[in-house]
Amino acid sequence: MTGAAALAAAGRSGLLRPRRDIVLPAAIFLIFALLPPFASLLAEQYLVDLATRVMIFAVAALALDLLVGYGGLVSFGHAAFVGLGAYAVGILSAQGIDDALISLPVAIAVAMLFAFVTGTVCLRTKGVYFIMITLAFGQMIYFVATSLAPYGGDNGLTIAARNTVAGLALLKSDRAFYYVTLLCLLATYLFCRALVASRFGRVLRGAKENPARMVTIGFTVRSFQLVAYVIAGGLGGLSGFLLANSTEFVSPAFMSWQRSGELIVMVILGGVGTLDGAIVGAAAYLGAEEWLSGMIENWQVIFGPLLVLVVLFARGGLIGVCARLWRWFGHA
Amino acid sequence: MPEPVLRLERLRKSFGSLIVTDDVTLDVVRGEMHAIIGPNGAGKTTLINQISGLMAPDDGSILFAGVDVTRLPPETRALRGLARSFQITSILPGFPVLENVALAVQARAGSSLRFIGRAADEAALNLPAMAALEQTGIADRARVRAGELSHGEKRALELAIALAMQPTLLLLDEPMAGIGGEETERLVELLLRLKGQLTMILVEHDMAAVFTLADRISVLVGGRLLITGLPDEVRADPEVVTAYLGEQME
Repeated sequence: MTGAAALAAAGRSGLLRPRRDIVLPAAIFLIFALLPPFASLLAEQYLVDLATRVMIFAVAALALDLLVGYGGLVSFGHAAFVGLGAYAVGILSAQGIDDALISLPVAIAVAMLFAFVTGTVCLRTKGVYFIMITLAFGQMIYFVATSLAPYGGDNGLTIAARNTVAGLALLKSDRAFYYVTLLCLLATYLFCRALVASRFGRVLRGAKENPARMVTIGFTVRSFQLVAYVIAGGLGGLSGFLLANSTEFVSPAFMSWQRSGELIVMVILGGVGTLDGAIVGAAAYLGAEEWLSGMIENWQVIFGPLLVLVVLFARGGLIGVCARLWRWFGHA
Repeated sequence: MPEPVLRLERLRKSFGSLIVTDDVTLDVVRGEMHAIIGPNGAGKTTLINQISGLMAPDDGSILFAGVDVTRLPPETRALRGLARSFQITSILPGFPVLENVALAVQARAGSSLRFIGRAADEAALNLPAMAALEQTGIADRARVRAGELSHGEKRALELAIALAMQPTLLLLDEPMAGIGGEETERLVELLLRLKGQLTMILVEHDMAAVFTLADRISVLVGGRLLITGLPDEVRADPEVVTAYLGEQME
């Protein structure tokens, strides 16, 4: 078999993306797109608010899945990037700068800069030590926020109004803000999807599987991991920008270690290393929180065992369950 | 005598009080197949690890193609043409066979900071990778997940990865370990074909393979270089026979 013929054969079968990979995300985004008219039909406006929160957290969870699922880097300080992005919006707004053309790039840049500086240190460690040091940096920035007396300190900071876009109040209505958030999520998803299949993404995935092999074929593994960390930080900043505008409030709680833990739970619940799982996991987690907390005050008492069951019996998270159902119905 | 591709000068390495590389000085000349043999624990793999850069020597220097690489990280040495295989097969088991090799091509091609475009579909990376797979005889397995290969095929894959790096020096750490009869023969044939095209250092316990393949042989015992010479000289050396070959030849 010649090389070209073998390649053509490879393209016909294994290397082409199976159809399931397109069906699920298409369904997810279709549901998000149709949700607001549906919610007003049912007069359940809270659904739009909930879905907005889901999409904002899904952006951060997607970024975290890049690190955890594709880079093998379990970051326990991911909420710091979200918080930094949110604080960038809040502090700029307090200084009278409330246009997204400025605050959005600043929010992303600040988070990326923090990711670069801390990532340089964190990536010198591995495994549990990496988890601990990312957690430590996250807590550090959390305590910096609580001590920012001019910007609310412990109590957080109320933002006068949502950011304008080039002077226009485009984000004012909740409906418009919803669709802007959806666009941001879609862009993030497509970017991450392209990234993991790209040359860069392949190096990142290879380094997760066998770093020694990647080094001995000539890759400076740590530099690639740092770039991934900075990208994930930037996306966290985007999520923070959206969060601050959505709630018109920023608080140190945005970057607490519990929030970082919640993001990890979202990724694991949905299915690590699938991207789709990050969105599904964010929806499942925040949905469960909304639903269960209506029934019982300490909703985690129910959610905890549920999570244990998913981890024990549904390898690959909710996405893994979906894939198995898909096969059952004969779409092998 | 041709110029040395690799020169080890008074290399020393110890783990605590255990000396694993004891004042090793060695030249490997261009185009030769240089075997390193010795009993278990002689420090052969440690020596390979120092040459490839995974371990730093305590003292001495390593010159590769005339340049001192003693302090260079392994990835830089790899890009300069130093490839290796591992005693315990080191591949990416979750990746298709073809992508395992395409990554090595990609490393050489540079520009891995590309965030769009499906790397798995790039003919510029896949064609040279396919050629390397054909060279090692596993081209028909290109689409299989590397983890599903047989042990012998994994060895061939590791060799294909190394060849795709277009190395000037190839370090083979016990390539025959754990594979059997027919597959060993096929590997020996393949290495015979590669002989002369690139410089190789072969660490191996299979003496039949070593004496078939090697141009020169160095014997390492307790971290010390006992002798370096032609196969016949090594075979006849009384010290080598006592220290190592005696038990091997029985």
